[in-house]
Amino acid sequence: MKEYWHSVALEKEKCNGCTICLRRCPTEAIRIRDGKAKIIKERCIDCGECIKVCPYHAKKAFAHDLKSIEKYEFKIALVSLPLYGQFELDNDINRIFNCFYELGFDKVYDVAYGADVLTTLQSDILKKSKRKPLIATLCPAIIRLIQIRFPSLIDHIIPIESPMEITARLAKKEVSQEHCLDFNKIGAFYITQCPAKITSIKKPIGIKESYVDGAIPIKSIYTKLLKIYKDVKKNDKIQKASGKGIGWARVGGQSFALGLDNYLAVDGIENVIKVLEEIELGKLNNIDFFEGYACVTGCVGGPLNVENPFIARNRIRQLSKCYGDKSLEKSEVDEILKTIQVKWTEKIEPLGILKLDSDIEKAIKKMELLDKINKKLPGIDCGSCGSPNCHAMAEDVVRGTATLEDCIIMLKKKVDK
Amino acid sequence: MGSNEKNTGIKLEYEILKDDFARAGEASSGIKKVLRQLGIDSSAIRKTAIATYEAEINIVIHSEGGKILVYIKPDKIEIIAKDNGPGIKDIDLAMQKGFSTASNRVRELGFGAGMGLPNMKKSSDEFYIESEMGKGTTVKMIITL
Ligand SMILES: Nc1ncnc2c1ncn2[C@@H]1O[C@H](COP(=O)(O)OP(=O)(O)OP(=O)(O)O)[C@@H](O)[C@H]1O
Ligand code: SF4
Ligand SMILES: [Mg+2]
Repeated sequence: MKEYWHSVALEKEKCNGCTICLRRCPTEAIRIRDGKAKIIKERCIDCGECIKVCPYHAKKAFAHDLKSIEKYEFKIALVSLPLYGQFELDNDINRIFNCFYELGFDKVYDVAYGADVLTTLQSDILKKSKRKPLIATLCPAIIRLIQIRFPSLIDHIIPIESPMEITARLAKKEVSQEHCLDFNKIGAFYITQCPAKITSIKKPIGIKESYVDGAIPIKSIYTKLLKIYKDVKKNDKIQKASGKGIGWARVGGQSFALGLDNYLAVDGIENVIKVLEEIELGKLNNIDFFEGYACVTGCVGGPLNVENPFIARNRIRQLSKCYGDKSLEKSEVDEILKTIQVKWTEKIEPLGILKLDSDIEKAIKKMELLDKINKKLPGIDCGSCGSPNCHAMAEDVVRGTATLEDCIIMLKKKVDK
Repeated sequence: MGSNEKNTGIKLEYEILKDDFARAGEASSGIKKVLRQLGIDSSAIRKTAIATYEAEINIVIHSEGGKILVYIKPDKIEIIAKDNGPGIKDIDLAMQKGFSTASNRVRELGFGAGMGLPNMKKSSDEFYIESEMGKGTTVKMIITL
């Protein structure tokens, strides 16, 4: 069994054991045990739903802070796409990018440019592929969801890197050549909008190791950026992406950049699940491309952003217009492809973590038991037992992680007797 | 759901109502969940899901209502879709790709391409269909594991 690592974690002191996150988790990965929420790490896809819904802010993302960049001789900031949507439109994005120097970085890169590269590459792949629909790779939470719940769709996923990873590779190459530095002396930090991205750095999908060394939440540096903005001195030309690349920050942005008509762009994890069900049934074989996002509005709605997702999306749309829809020249992309690897090198495997037993006969026996227990339970899905619903509770009893008396109604019956 | 007395196996049973579009698809996604928990391989899950989904929709659209039964055994999945009429007049014709008697209303909902039965056959390793006018239709499909 591979070891799982997750960015989403609980701040125990803040959790009062309410059942809000329990019910919202799309993979039933949360239980309340001893009055506190507990994440079953094998099941967590880092979508960040629980971070968004927790009224006590007890869920957080493990991430880096500005101190952690100190241990590198040369410090790179990889500024994520959603940052474009976090500031009033009369602010100059390039100036905001320059603010990162004041935070201690030596060089700043625009990740949206990586999206521009991918637009050209993806367009080529779409033209050649016979499989329909192809599934976008951008949201790592969706990829993990597919590994767990829709493994038969793994072959539909486009096996290429994210804008973050592509930008990191280009950045490290450039810096190491310009400054004659080994890669291990260069620290590349992603200014992240979500925990799923953090996890994809530590536990990458499709590649052995990420070129990114850490992730710093947008939230954690936002006010600092605002303060610096007024009197930032440097004025390097950092902003590099076209409007199309910037548009990747919102749902539908990829399809727009690709110039597609026959696509589905879906945001919000529950909606994505519904559409993946349809794809699995073969009902959407006429669609060319599917882009799905765990977050409502797309990455601009990621849990570590600051701005309201809908306002931020509106800005992205406007910025996309301002920065024009020029695609990269094919020759520019070909040049890039010569220097860095952009395709996945590792196969993505299904994650059979939902199974009751690896021996099918035993699994069937357990399923029969699960069914018996489920029938005994009241079926009101109240969550007081600490499992998300009665069926999950029955499953927990079979797996040995709960007992029937955890159900308060069962307990009452027993006491009454 | 209940146990099959003789062998190790699981029986799932779903009541399907006529014209109940709102719930169409519930049986097949319920079955999928069980198969995932049993650790069945993903291509067999997909085939079973397609077969039961199409059977479910046919009962909703074309019949007076019926049932879907699924028996899961260590070596195979058996699906039986049984309805209470009206039956299929010409089975060979019904099995042809593109043949459909679906009404315009149903077509507007995105059904009626005449691909359901052919897809059920394609998705299963064994496929049997029986029908008697006035009585009903029974489709039996087996997916080997
Ligand atoms: N259970 C049934 N009872 C009565 N008639 C049926 C039944 N199942 C199928 N038929 C008949 O067979 C025809 C073909 O069925 P099939 O499932 O292949 O296509 P469809 O249901 O019309 O369209 P699609 O499945 O592509 O949405 C139907 O139009 C209908 O006339
Ligand atoms: S949609 Fe974007 S922000 Fe949200 S989890 Fe996925 S990658 Fe992260
Ligand atoms: Mg049909």
